Amino acid sequence: MEEFVLLFRLDIISKEAQPSPEQLQVYMKQYQDWVGGIAAQNKFIGGTALSKEGKVLKSNQMMTDGPFAEIKESIAGYIMIRAKDLDEAVSLAKDCPILNGEGNSVEVRKIMATHDKI
Amino acid sequence: MDNGSLIPHLFRTEYRKIVSVLGKRFGFHQIEIAEDLTSDTFLAAAQTWAVKGVPENATAWLYHVARNKALNYLQRDHLFENKISPELKNSASGVDEIDLSPENIHDSQLQMMFAICHPSIPAEAQVGLALRILCGFGIDEIASAFQVSKETINKRLFRAKEKLREEKISIALPDPSDIDQRLSTVLTTIYLLFNEGYYSVSQNNTIRKDLCFEAMRLCLMLVENNSTNKPQVNALLAMMCFHASRFEARLNKQGELVLYDEQDTTLWDADLISKGGYFLHCAAAGNTLSKYHLEAGIAYWNTQKPDTKEKWENILQLYNQLLQIAYSPIAALNRTFALARANGIEVAIAEAEKLNLTDNHFYFTLLGELYKSSDKEKARKHFLSALSLAKSDPDRQAIRLKMEQV
Repeated sequence: MEEFVLLFRLDIISKEAQPSPEQLQVYMKQYQDWVGGIAAQNKFIGGTALSKEGKVLKSNQMMTDGPFAEIKESIAGYIMIRAKDLDEAVSLAKDCPILNGEGNSVEVRKIMATHDKI
Repeated sequence: MDNGSLIPHLFRTEYRKIVSVLGKRFGFHQIEIAEDLTSDTFLAAAQTWAVKGVPENATAWLYHVARNKALNYLQRDHLFENKISPELKNSASGVDEIDLSPENIHDSQLQMMFAICHPSIPAEAQVGLALRILCGFGIDEIASAFQVSKETINKRLFRAKEKLREEKISIALPDPSDIDQRLSTVLTTIYLLFNEGYYSVSQNNTIRKDLCFEAMRLCLMLVENNSTNKPQVNALLAMMCFHASRFEARLNKQGELVLYDEQDTTLWDADLISKGGYFLHCAAAGNTLSKYHLEAGIAYWNTQKPDTKEKWENILQLYNQLLQIAYSPIAALNRTFALARANGIEVAIAEAEKLNLTDNHFYFTLLGELYKSSDKEKARKHFLSALSLAKSDPDRQAIRLKMEQV
């Protein structure tokens, strides 16, 4: 079993892009049902949402208000899951409900294991 | 209460009080002495009362005799002088004191609870010791509850006491900084104890109920004590109240299992349900969300008989959260059942197939349930698989009942 990070990217800044309270309730249920399905397979490790505010530090001692760069691709949060390989991780990720929204994305990356954790 | 049942009842309630006080006094180093002295007290009671009748204040008689036996032992045991440990030397009660006041009885039991539910011994040993010392169960009863031999239980308890001696576990409340962590072990033991009674393999229904009520009693002790009255403790107690409310309805007059959907809700204990609600309310104080909070929430919804979308949606979301913090196969299966009621059977079937818990009879029971309206052949096959994997008569009975409904 390998471990993977799923990064959720969507527009969490532009006012027009934010869901109404009713829509948010629907999205939350879809999201929780999806994560619950992964957890039911005993493949969920952990995860969290990230705040809308933040800072981005760059070289040249530049600092801007985060989230980073393209507004449409702000990292809203991430989860970590277990999967046999990248293919399985992708098959778990493709049911993520944020993919129903245009421009949103889920990035799947394997966690590099350098040592066995004891 | 006639003579016949007075001794067993007194044994259960007073054994654990006396043994906790003496156990605290003697320490794990000499815990068997404490147990023997307590047993001797009850032997003396049985013999004396058979001839002279039960005294007016039976409890006071027991405490008087126990105190004398312990003091006699201490005075006779020259070795005790040499073995005195620093803690005993400095303890408030001197050598000649055996304090059986209500306060000390209560404190000793609480301290004994933490000492016994210690992470250095296996969980099943913690439960066994808890039953023996904290609940006053006999070895026979414990063996019957776990469906193992008396020798197995004796070995288990012996090894556990040895380990507690080796680790020099002191019989005291943990420091405030350690309490949350140590509480976690205690709560796990109480949870296991309750589960043993609620889902147990033992056929003896009286023992199963006793296990559940003992677990609730121990949890109540924690709630009633300031330093251990935490949200997660209240949540666990709430969960147990909700589950226990259905005890009378779970078996029919023939002693056979009655499935949830067929239960006579007038037999559900409304008082226990409202107590559960009270403790759930207490558990909501503050910011803690433990797995017990989620389980209590689920248990609450199970006390609401009406089969509404709201009920199943709430149960589904609670299981979604529970699985993220504490995965278990049974939670995964129950979640899938709630998913069927909330999101539809096809969705649930698709997710059930991914679970792949093929060594678990509950998995096949779930599949049987999910297929029973759309594919009776498949449903029956799954129930038969479940039957072949089931390990106890109550479980087999439940599966057969469900097969009959197909």
